[in-house]
Amino acid sequence: MAHTVPSWTDERAVSRRAVVGLRECRVRWRSATAAWLRARDAMDRAFAQPLQVPALARVAHVSPAHFSRQFRSTFGETPHRYLQRRRVERAMELLRETDRPVTEICFDVGFNSLGTFSRTFGAIVGEPPTAYRARFTGNGVALRIPACGAMAWLRPAG
Amino acid sequence: MLKRISHSFIHVLDQDAALDFYVGKLGMVVHTDADLGVMRFLTVNLPEQPDVELVLMLPGPPAYDDATAAQIRELVAKGAAGGGVIFETDDCRATYERLLTAGVEFTQEPTERFYGTDCALRDPFGNPIRFTQPPDGPVVVPPVGELETQR
Repeated sequence: MAHTVPSWTDERAVSRRAVVGLRECRVRWRSATAAWLRARDAMDRAFAQPLQVPALARVAHVSPAHFSRQFRSTFGETPHRYLQRRRVERAMELLRETDRPVTEICFDVGFNSLGTFSRTFGAIVGEPPTAYRARFTGNGVALRIPACGAMAWLRPAG
Repeated sequence: MLKRISHSFIHVLDQDAALDFYVGKLGMVVHTDADLGVMRFLTVNLPEQPDVELVLMLPGPPAYDDATAAQIRELVAKGAAGGGVIFETDDCRATYERLLTAGVEFTQEPTERFYGTDCALRDPFGNPIRFTQPPDGPVVVPPVGELETQR
Protein backbone atom coordinates (compact mmCIF):
# COMPACT_ATOMS: atom_id res chain seq x y z
CA MET A 1 0.00 0.00 0.00
CA ALA A 2 1.27 3.48 -0.82
CA HIS A 3 2.40 5.55 2.09
CA THR A 4 4.38 8.71 2.60
CA VAL A 5 6.94 9.16 5.32
CA PRO A 6 6.85 12.68 6.79
CA SER A 7 9.70 14.94 5.75
CA TRP A 8 12.80 14.70 7.86
CA THR A 9 14.07 18.03 6.65
CA ASP A 10 12.92 19.96 9.69
CA GLU A 11 14.19 17.50 12.25
CA ARG A 12 17.56 16.66 10.87
CA ALA A 13 20.46 18.72 9.76
CA VAL A 14 20.89 18.49 6.05
CA SER A 15 24.23 19.31 4.61
CA ARG A 16 24.06 22.27 2.29
CA ARG A 17 26.23 20.44 -0.19
CA ALA A 18 23.77 17.57 -0.46
CA VAL A 19 20.87 19.85 -1.25
CA VAL A 20 22.83 21.83 -3.81
CA GLY A 21 23.97 18.57 -5.37
CA LEU A 22 20.43 17.30 -5.68
CA ARG A 23 19.28 20.53 -7.25
CA GLU A 24 22.11 20.36 -9.77
CA CYS A 25 21.14 16.82 -10.70
CA ARG A 26 17.62 17.98 -11.36
CA VAL A 27 18.52 20.71 -13.79
CA ARG A 28 21.46 19.06 -15.52
CA TRP A 29 20.13 15.59 -16.30
CA ARG A 30 19.52 16.10 -19.99
CA SER A 31 22.97 15.35 -21.36
CA ALA A 32 23.97 15.45 -25.01
CA THR A 33 24.87 11.77 -24.67
CA ALA A 34 21.16 10.91 -24.68
CA ALA A 35 21.01 12.20 -28.25
CA TRP A 36 23.87 9.92 -29.41
CA LEU A 37 22.15 6.95 -27.77
CA ARG A 38 18.90 7.83 -29.52
CA ALA A 39 20.71 7.92 -32.86
CA ARG A 40 22.46 4.61 -32.09
CA ASP A 41 19.10 3.03 -31.28
CA ALA A 42 17.84 4.28 -34.65
CA MET A 43 20.74 2.46 -36.36
CA ASP A 44 20.02 -0.76 -34.48
CA ARG A 45 16.36 -0.55 -35.45
CA ALA A 46 16.92 0.13 -39.15
CA PHE A 47 20.22 -1.70 -39.60
CA ALA A 48 19.52 -2.73 -43.20
CA GLN A 49 18.95 0.80 -44.40
CA PRO A 50 21.87 2.77 -45.84
CA LEU A 51 23.85 4.68 -43.24
CA GLN A 52 22.73 8.28 -43.42
CA VAL A 53 24.86 10.34 -41.12
CA PRO A 54 22.94 13.56 -41.97
CA ALA A 55 19.65 11.89 -40.93
CA LEU A 56 21.20 10.52 -37.73
CA ALA A 57 22.68 13.93 -37.01
CA ARG A 58 19.18 15.36 -37.28
CA VAL A 59 17.98 12.78 -34.75
CA ALA A 60 20.72 14.03 -32.43
CA HIS A 61 20.13 17.69 -33.34
CA VAL A 62 23.75 18.36 -34.39
CA SER A 63 25.73 18.89 -37.60
CA PRO A 64 26.88 15.74 -39.48
CA ALA A 65 30.59 16.41 -38.81
CA HIS A 66 29.95 17.00 -35.12
CA PHE A 67 27.80 13.87 -34.99
CA SER A 68 30.44 11.41 -36.19
CA ARG A 69 33.10 12.89 -33.94
CA GLN A 70 30.90 12.93 -30.85
CA PHE A 71 29.49 9.46 -31.52
CA ARG A 72 33.00 8.11 -31.64
CA SER A 73 34.08 9.81 -28.46
CA THR A 74 30.94 8.52 -26.69
CA PHE A 75 30.83 4.91 -27.88
CA GLY A 76 34.42 4.30 -28.94
CA GLU A 77 33.83 3.69 -32.63
CA THR A 78 32.46 5.52 -35.64
CA PRO A 79 28.77 5.24 -36.59
CA HIS A 80 29.88 3.37 -39.72
CA ARG A 81 31.81 0.77 -37.72
CA TYR A 82 28.99 0.38 -35.21
CA LEU A 83 26.51 -0.29 -38.00
CA GLN A 84 28.88 -2.76 -39.68
CA ARG A 85 29.08 -4.85 -36.51
CA ARG A 86 25.30 -4.78 -36.16
CA ARG A 87 24.88 -6.00 -39.74
CA VAL A 88 27.52 -8.69 -39.35
CA GLU A 89 25.83 -9.91 -36.16
CA ARG A 90 22.55 -10.21 -38.12
CA ALA A 91 24.34 -12.02 -40.94
CA MET A 92 25.97 -14.44 -38.48
CA GLU A 93 22.57 -15.51 -37.22
CA LEU A 94 21.12 -15.94 -40.70
CA LEU A 95 24.15 -18.02 -41.68
CA ARG A 96 23.80 -20.20 -38.58
CA GLU A 97 20.05 -20.57 -38.51
CA THR A 98 18.93 -20.64 -42.15
CA ASP A 99 20.10 -22.24 -45.35
CA ARG A 100 19.58 -19.11 -47.44
CA PRO A 101 22.28 -18.19 -49.97
CA VAL A 102 25.09 -15.93 -48.75
CA THR A 103 24.27 -13.39 -51.46
CA GLU A 104 20.70 -13.02 -50.22
CA ILE A 105 21.85 -12.63 -46.64
CA CYS A 106 24.39 -10.01 -47.70
CA PHE A 107 21.69 -7.80 -49.23
CA ASP A 108 19.18 -8.53 -46.45
CA VAL A 109 21.44 -7.13 -43.76
CA GLY A 110 22.14 -3.97 -45.73
CA PHE A 111 25.30 -4.53 -47.79
CA ASN A 112 25.28 -3.42 -51.44
CA SER A 113 27.84 -5.86 -52.78
CA LEU A 114 28.98 -9.37 -52.00
CA GLY A 115 32.60 -8.22 -52.14
CA THR A 116 32.14 -5.58 -49.45
CA PHE A 117 30.13 -8.01 -47.33
CA SER A 118 32.71 -10.79 -47.51
CA ARG A 119 35.60 -8.43 -46.83
CA THR A 120 33.83 -6.80 -43.87
CA PHE A 121 32.61 -10.10 -42.45
CA GLY A 122 36.08 -11.63 -42.73
CA ALA A 123 37.75 -8.66 -41.11
CA ILE A 124 35.36 -8.67 -38.15
CA VAL A 125 34.73 -12.38 -37.62
CA GLY A 126 38.10 -13.71 -38.72
CA GLU A 127 36.81 -16.15 -41.32
CA PRO A 128 34.70 -15.96 -44.50
CA PRO A 129 30.88 -16.27 -44.26
CA THR A 130 30.88 -19.75 -45.82
CA ALA A 131 33.50 -21.05 -43.38
CA TYR A 132 31.58 -19.56 -40.45
CA ARG A 133 28.39 -21.25 -41.65
CA ALA A 134 30.15 -24.59 -42.13
CA ARG A 135 31.26 -24.62 -38.51
CA PHE A 136 27.64 -24.48 -37.35
CA THR A 137 25.73 -26.42 -39.98
CA GLY A 138 24.95 -29.98 -39.10
CA ASN A 139 26.73 -30.10 -35.76
CA GLY A 140 23.63 -29.26 -33.75
CA VAL A 141 25.08 -26.08 -32.29
CA ALA A 142 22.35 -23.55 -31.78
CA LEU A 143 22.23 -20.37 -29.77
CA ARG A 144 18.90 -19.75 -28.14
CA ILE A 145 18.95 -16.56 -26.16
CA PRO A 146 16.47 -13.69 -26.05
CA ALA A 147 16.84 -11.03 -28.69
CA CYS A 148 18.09 -8.30 -26.38
CA GLY A 149 20.92 -10.53 -25.23
CA ALA A 150 21.74 -11.58 -28.76
CA MET A 151 21.96 -8.00 -29.95
CA ALA A 152 24.26 -7.01 -27.13
CA TRP A 153 26.39 -10.11 -26.66
CA LEU A 154 26.53 -11.88 -29.99
CA ARG A 155 27.66 -8.73 -31.74
CA PRO A 156 31.19 -9.49 -32.86
CA ALA A 157 33.85 -7.52 -31.02
CA GLY A 158 35.29 -4.49 -32.76
CA MET B 1 16.48 -18.60 3.78
CA LEU B 2 15.98 -15.78 1.31
CA LYS B 3 12.35 -15.76 0.20
CA ARG B 4 11.86 -13.34 -2.64
CA ILE B 5 13.06 -10.12 -4.24
CA SER B 6 11.14 -7.21 -2.77
CA HIS B 7 13.07 -4.20 -4.15
CA SER B 8 15.22 -3.57 -7.16
CA PHE B 9 17.01 -0.32 -7.96
CA ILE B 10 17.46 1.81 -11.02
CA HIS B 11 19.20 5.14 -11.51
CA VAL B 12 17.07 7.92 -12.95
CA LEU B 13 18.22 11.42 -13.76
CA ASP B 14 15.10 13.27 -12.64
CA GLN B 15 12.61 11.79 -10.22
CA ASP B 16 9.65 13.87 -11.39
CA ALA B 17 10.32 12.93 -15.01
CA ALA B 18 10.69 9.32 -13.81
CA LEU B 19 7.22 9.49 -12.26
CA ASP B 20 5.78 10.95 -15.46
CA PHE B 21 7.16 7.94 -17.30
CA TYR B 22 6.86 4.97 -14.93
CA VAL B 23 3.50 6.06 -13.47
CA GLY B 24 2.02 8.39 -16.09
CA LYS B 25 2.93 6.30 -19.13
CA LEU B 26 3.71 2.73 -18.05
CA GLY B 27 0.86 2.60 -15.54
CA MET B 28 2.81 1.83 -12.37
CA VAL B 29 1.74 3.44 -9.08
CA VAL B 30 3.70 5.25 -6.41
CA HIS B 31 4.45 2.97 -3.49
CA THR B 32 6.59 5.29 -1.36
CA ASP B 33 7.52 8.93 -1.89
CA ALA B 34 9.46 10.00 1.17
CA ASP B 35 11.46 13.18 1.56
CA LEU B 36 14.30 12.07 3.79
CA GLY B 37 15.93 15.46 3.65
CA VAL B 38 19.15 14.24 2.17
CA MET B 39 17.38 12.20 -0.46
CA ARG B 40 13.94 11.46 -1.83
CA PHE B 41 13.15 7.78 -1.39
CA LEU B 42 10.87 7.08 -4.32
CA THR B 43 9.53 3.66 -5.22
CA VAL B 44 6.88 2.45 -7.64
CA ASN B 45 5.13 -0.85 -8.18
CA LEU B 46 2.73 -2.47 -10.60
CA PRO B 47 -0.90 -2.32 -9.40
CA GLU B 48 -1.08 -6.11 -9.63
CA GLN B 49 2.20 -6.60 -7.79
CA PRO B 50 2.13 -4.32 -4.74
CA ASP B 51 4.92 -6.18 -2.93
CA VAL B 52 7.61 -5.70 -5.56
CA GLU B 53 9.06 -2.19 -5.55
CA LEU B 54 11.24 -0.50 -8.11
CA VAL B 55 13.36 2.16 -6.40
CA LEU B 56 13.95 5.22 -8.60
CA MET B 57 17.27 6.55 -7.38
CA LEU B 58 18.76 9.92 -8.19
CA PRO B 59 22.57 9.71 -8.18
CA GLY B 60 24.17 12.53 -6.23
CA PRO B 61 25.74 13.54 -2.95
CA PRO B 62 25.99 12.53 -0.22
CA ALA B 63 25.81 8.93 -1.49
CA TYR B 64 28.04 9.75 -4.46
CA ASP B 65 30.44 12.63 -4.82
CA ASP B 66 29.80 15.04 -7.69
CA ALA B 67 32.32 13.45 -10.04
CA THR B 68 30.99 9.95 -9.43
CA ALA B 69 27.41 11.11 -9.86
CA ALA B 70 28.39 12.73 -13.15
CA GLN B 71 29.91 9.43 -14.31
CA ILE B 72 26.74 7.56 -13.36
CA ARG B 73 24.60 10.06 -15.23
CA GLU B 74 26.81 9.70 -18.27
CA LEU B 75 26.57 5.89 -18.20
CA VAL B 76 22.78 6.03 -17.83
CA ALA B 77 22.56 8.42 -20.78
CA LYS B 78 24.79 6.07 -22.81
CA GLY B 79 22.48 3.16 -22.05
CA ALA B 80 25.42 1.50 -20.28
CA ALA B 81 24.48 1.79 -16.60
CA GLY B 82 23.44 -1.84 -16.39
CA GLY B 83 20.00 -1.24 -14.89
CA GLY B 84 16.79 -2.06 -16.68
CA VAL B 85 13.40 -3.65 -16.30
CA ILE B 86 11.63 -6.44 -18.19
CA PHE B 87 7.88 -6.55 -17.67
CA GLU B 88 5.44 -9.30 -18.49
CA THR B 89 2.31 -8.25 -20.33
CA ASP B 90 -0.89 -10.04 -21.31
CA ASP B 91 -1.06 -8.16 -24.61
CA CYS B 92 2.19 -6.90 -26.10
CA ARG B 93 0.74 -5.29 -29.21
CA ALA B 94 -2.12 -3.49 -27.45
CA THR B 95 0.28 -2.16 -24.82
CA TYR B 96 2.68 -1.08 -27.57
CA GLU B 97 -0.10 0.80 -29.38
CA ARG B 98 -1.25 2.50 -26.20
CA LEU B 99 2.26 3.66 -25.32
CA LEU B 100 2.96 4.75 -28.89
CA THR B 101 -0.13 6.96 -28.73
CA ALA B 102 1.15 8.33 -25.43
CA GLY B 103 4.30 9.49 -27.20
CA VAL B 104 6.70 6.74 -26.11
CA GLU B 105 9.55 6.03 -28.53
CA PHE B 106 10.38 2.36 -29.09
CA THR B 107 13.74 0.82 -29.94
CA GLN B 108 12.14 -2.38 -31.19
CA GLU B 109 8.60 -3.00 -32.41
CA PRO B 110 6.62 -6.03 -31.16
CA THR B 111 8.23 -9.14 -32.61
CA GLU B 112 7.32 -12.82 -32.38
CA ARG B 113 9.97 -14.94 -30.66
CA PHE B 114 10.01 -18.51 -29.50
CA TYR B 115 9.68 -17.19 -25.95
CA GLY B 116 6.74 -14.90 -26.76
CA THR B 117 6.07 -11.51 -28.28
CA ASP B 118 8.21 -8.68 -27.05
CA CYS B 119 9.29 -5.16 -27.78
CA ALA B 120 11.79 -2.68 -26.41
CA LEU B 121 12.06 0.95 -25.43
CA ARG B 122 14.09 3.15 -23.14
CA ASP B 123 13.01 5.21 -20.21
CA PRO B 124 13.56 8.98 -20.68
CA PHE B 125 17.10 8.65 -19.30
CA GLY B 126 18.51 5.71 -21.28
CA ASN B 127 17.66 2.67 -19.16
CA PRO B 128 16.44 -0.25 -21.29
CA ILE B 129 12.86 -1.46 -20.82
CA ARG B 130 11.22 -4.48 -22.42
CA PHE B 131 7.85 -6.08 -22.10
CA THR B 132 7.09 -9.63 -23.12
CA GLN B 133 3.86 -11.51 -23.70
CA PRO B 134 4.61 -15.16 -23.00
CA PRO B 135 3.34 -17.78 -25.46
CA ASP B 136 0.03 -19.49 -24.67
CA GLY B 137 1.69 -22.85 -24.11
CA PRO B 138 5.13 -23.77 -22.81
CA VAL B 139 8.19 -22.17 -24.39
CA VAL B 140 9.47 -24.47 -27.11
CA VAL B 141 13.01 -23.88 -28.31
CA PRO B 142 12.86 -24.13 -32.10
CA PRO B 143 15.13 -26.51 -33.99
CA VAL B 144 17.91 -25.16 -36.20
CA GLY B 145 16.51 -23.68 -39.38
CA GLU B 146 13.22 -22.59 -37.90
CA LEU B 147 14.37 -19.72 -35.74
CA GLU B 148 12.78 -16.39 -36.51
CA THR B 149 15.34 -14.22 -38.18
CA GLN B 150 14.16 -10.71 -37.55
CA ARG B 151 14.77 -8.58 -34.55
